[in-house]
Amino acid sequence: MSDFPFVILALGFLSAGAGLAQGQPEVQKHMSLYNRPNAVPYPEHNAYSPAREKLGHVLFFDPRLSASDWISCATCHNPGLSWGDGLPKAKGHGMQTLARRTPTILDAAWMKSLFWDGRAETLEEQAVGPIQAAGEMALPLAEMVGKLNRIDGYKPLFAAAYPGEGISEKTVAKAIATYERAASVSTEAPFDRWIKGEKQAISSAARRGFVLFNAKAACSRCHSGWRLTDDSFHDIGVAGDDKGRGALFPDIEVNQFAFKTPTLRNVAWRAPYMHDGSEATLADVIEFYNVGGREKRASLSTLIRPLNLTEQERKELLEFLETLSSPVQKTEIPMLPK
Amino acid sequence: MYRSIFLGLILVHPATLALAEVHKVYQKGKSFSTQELKIKAGDSVVFHNDDDTAHNVFSSSAGTRFNLKIQNPGTKNEQKFEKPGEGDIRCAIHPSMKIKLKIEE
Repeated sequence: MSDFPFVILALGFLSAGAGLAQGQPEVQKHMSLYNRPNAVPYPEHNAYSPAREKLGHVLFFDPRLSASDWISCATCHNPGLSWGDGLPKAKGHGMQTLARRTPTILDAAWMKSLFWDGRAETLEEQAVGPIQAAGEMALPLAEMVGKLNRIDGYKPLFAAAYPGEGISEKTVAKAIATYERAASVSTEAPFDRWIKGEKQAISSAARRGFVLFNAKAACSRCHSGWRLTDDSFHDIGVAGDDKGRGALFPDIEVNQFAFKTPTLRNVAWRAPYMHDGSEATLADVIEFYNVGGREKRASLSTLIRPLNLTEQERKELLEFLETLSSPVQKTEIPMLPK
Repeated sequence: MYRSIFLGLILVHPATLALAEVHKVYQKGKSFSTQELKIKAGDSVVFHNDDDTAHNVFSSSAGTRFNLKIQNPGTKNEQKFEKPGEGDIRCAIHPSMKIKLKIEE
């Protein structure tokens, strides 16, 4: 791959001692970490079937899963907004503003935990969380089951997806999780084509940005792998009193003010940024990291430090991040059962 | 005579001969070197951070609760487990790092 001499040279200038400037095999090994998987993983307890995806698709777009009959999963997880809502903070039941920004569900099948604080370990567990949360969709799950049972058109969908299991909290959760796994898969971005060997798929500035991402800026310490996240929890220095994962683990200092590292795929489509929407643009986010975060607390991640990036380097990093954008997988708006 | 037999039994009972073991667990590539750990009450586990990033090994399970706090690359910490129990050992930073711990009598 003729890009490698360039990459190696750039690494030699930018990342002495950072572990990447050790020759072509090391760079190749690093680039191989960004290869996309070939198949979507489904758990044994909720294997894929087209009927399950179809049911989950309908439920995901059905606002009757809320107390107001007005908010569906798709209201906040809008595929056209990279499975987010584009707001600094989410809006819930009665248009109340919630504490955090809607996290994307892009590539949800691979997430190691869900919610900004990682309080759900599976999509099945996550799926029914917002439905029953008083501030979000505000529909107690027993009422949700009753409501769905009164819609005749749902009965054959559940029967086909989960024969003999009926309409229950569990089957609703499993169907939505199946749809999320299947539908939220990101498509191939210019970056992926470059990783696969298409030399001109991204610009030379973006290639320099990739080097910075992995070396001087060290973004890849957490934004690693093909989804550009390891799902780890860190206090990165966002100001505010939201303790994030610390509310779940009050005795663990490193979890105070810590939030889940989000994927960077399609990140250019998900402004504003951070768990609270406090950074308006991607350029602002890069500057946030460049100065080592906004608030230095005892819990601040040891990985957060001033980066001393030049203006040119910040532009190259931004150009690299924009190569992670790709069109949303084709998503139809389903007719809802009557 | 009975007294001396009783004393002899105490001295040779296998439980009194069992020595506490020290087990080793390594952290590298944001993974633990094992996903299951079966030890005996009184044993210790030394957690080595052989990674290039910090970890925070802990357990919030009832009966196995502990917190090694932030553990920088190249360091190690020992944790003794005094009582039988079962639980999960995890890294507070990296959610995929998990060990099923069983502490037997």
